Amino acid sequence: MTLLLVVTAGFLCACGTYLVLGRQLSRVIIGIGLLGHGVNILLVSSGGDGGDPAFAGGDSEQFADPLPQALVLTAIVITFGAIAFLLALAYRSWRITDNDRVENDVEDNRIRRAVRRSEGLDDERVER
Amino acid sequence: MTILVAGPILLPLLGAALSIGVGRSRTAQRLIGVVTLSGVTVLSVLLLLRVDDRGITTVNAGGWEAPVGITLVADRLAAIMLVVAMVMLLAVVVYAIGQPGAEDEHVGFHPVYLILAAGIALAFLTGDLFNLFVAFEVMLMASYVLLTLGGRPDQVRSGMTYVVISLIASTLFLIALAAVYAATGTLNLADLSTKIPELPTGVRSGLSVLLIVVFGIKAAIFPLFFWLPDSYPTAPSPVTAVFAGLLTKVGVYALIRSQTLLFPADTQPGNLLLVVAGLTMVVGVLGAITQNDIKRILSFHIVSQIGYMIMGLGLFTAAGLAGVVFYVVHHIVVKTTLFLVAGLIEQRDGTSDLSKLSGVARLEPLLGVLFLLPALSLAGIPPFSGFVAKLALVDAGVGAQSYVIVAVSLAVSLLTLYSMTKIWASAFWGPRQDPPADRVISGRRRSLMIGSTASLVIVSLGISVAAGPLFDLAERAAGDLIDTNNYVEAVMGR
Repeated sequence: MTLLLVVTAGFLCACGTYLVLGRQLSRVIIGIGLLGHGVNILLVSSGGDGGDPAFAGGDSEQFADPLPQALVLTAIVITFGAIAFLLALAYRSWRITDNDRVENDVEDNRIRRAVRRSEGLDDERVER
Repeated sequence: MTILVAGPILLPLLGAALSIGVGRSRTAQRLIGVVTLSGVTVLSVLLLLRVDDRGITTVNAGGWEAPVGITLVADRLAAIMLVVAMVMLLAVVVYAIGQPGAEDEHVGFHPVYLILAAGIALAFLTGDLFNLFVAFEVMLMASYVLLTLGGRPDQVRSGMTYVVISLIASTLFLIALAAVYAATGTLNLADLSTKIPELPTGVRSGLSVLLIVVFGIKAAIFPLFFWLPDSYPTAPSPVTAVFAGLLTKVGVYALIRSQTLLFPADTQPGNLLLVVAGLTMVVGVLGAITQNDIKRILSFHIVSQIGYMIMGLGLFTAAGLAGVVFYVVHHIVVKTTLFLVAGLIEQRDGTSDLSKLSGVARLEPLLGVLFLLPALSLAGIPPFSGFVAKLALVDAGVGAQSYVIVAVSLAVSLLTLYSMTKIWASAFWGPRQDPPADRVISGRRRSLMIGSTASLVIVSLGISVAAGPLFDLAERAAGDLIDTNNYVEAVMGR
């Protein structure tokens, strides 16, 4: 059971990492969501093997550890808030630039222009 | 004594709620902001006096004893950081009220600013690793909003990088928490400090490095600093000043706390921290030299200065840690001041680009003085606070016979001085340039901005005047950090 959870967590984190490394903002956001889910599963499984629902049964020996569950709830809420903010920011970015790509770093552009100038190429167009 | 420890966290939250309620009246919001932060500053000074006098003070939230409940712990380091942070927040909110822009135009500024204050206070006072995560998130969430408050294209672009990097760091933090809990079954720092040494060496080193990476991203150490010089300069200048002074230092605080309390010196992975410290110093200052904008130069200097703090931590001696505590206090004050001065220049001339600025010292000699004093202090020129701080670190480095890092830190000091002269020569000297007429603001607003900047300069001079007693305090704080028994007893003992 725990092995299944750990494999799922690993799979979700792998998918999340792949998406976060992409160039599209929407993918990055979905990637962060997947990473969050993967880590939450990891957090649940850090309490050891499962058991009865916490506090519901009578026997405290057979309880699942309730602490990781409380932690995961907090983490879920925080991830939710952060992703809502990120979506708003991505929407703003889309309104401003009219596309869904992560823009080039300003400093990278500056360096690229400097290199082109030194090579005598035209410095007008910077690759997006 | 609950109010002294819990107050700095609860008061700003209460103030934020009130501030949202009176959103229609900016005057009421300003009043609430200033009164709340003044109150918290007074509380934290009282807390520092009490902690220094009677030792570590703890509060168990909800009356649940540690390690079951959430514990708030105030030791000397936490109280010192809290006092400095609150003084900065108070000075900067006054500055923000003076400055046209972010604070004027947005209802959200004051509530979010107070929530930032609560997050910072919680990060310093918490005695629980998961609670530290929550504190970081509260602080970061507020910082996302403040950073992108204007909604300008460059703010959205760099805000995106900042938010994504921070979220990834938070994800790593959660992984670290899961690993720590799975290995030890607790997240209370005091409890962990007795349980982690029992773990096998491999697990312990893994946890240690994982936490160094997590806090290293927040503290902007090499090679995890790249997001900082990109995102900080785009924010409104009072926001940049607070971020520059405080946010990375919360990361440094978390590094100091976790490395000293959880992973004692004899279990550290070699000279990892010292190597990282040296590279952070060098790369940061080289970055600063190549820049051509005051705010970007100062942002790279934050990275470089973080290296000094990590150096003191990496030495793992009482002298080194005392140096770090003093250095952090000096750095927070000086860095905030420099960014406020940069904001004053930018406010009047409409730019902080060195190639467009000239003759600031002729036009407004007071600005020249306000920049020069903290700039010399940052470079470590005697008799300013930076000199005392660097001397303490160098002395500790020689004491620990780590000569390489001492040589690196001295060379970096010279380069810091070089880049400060660069700002001075291009922006302050040269022919006088009259500011664009549309940027001139009323004398009262400007004097609020200059007044708060000047008061911080006086604080930083005060640090060098009172360096003796302050350094004694820093040494006592470092003593607490080295001898973790007091901390564990204060939390677990009762």
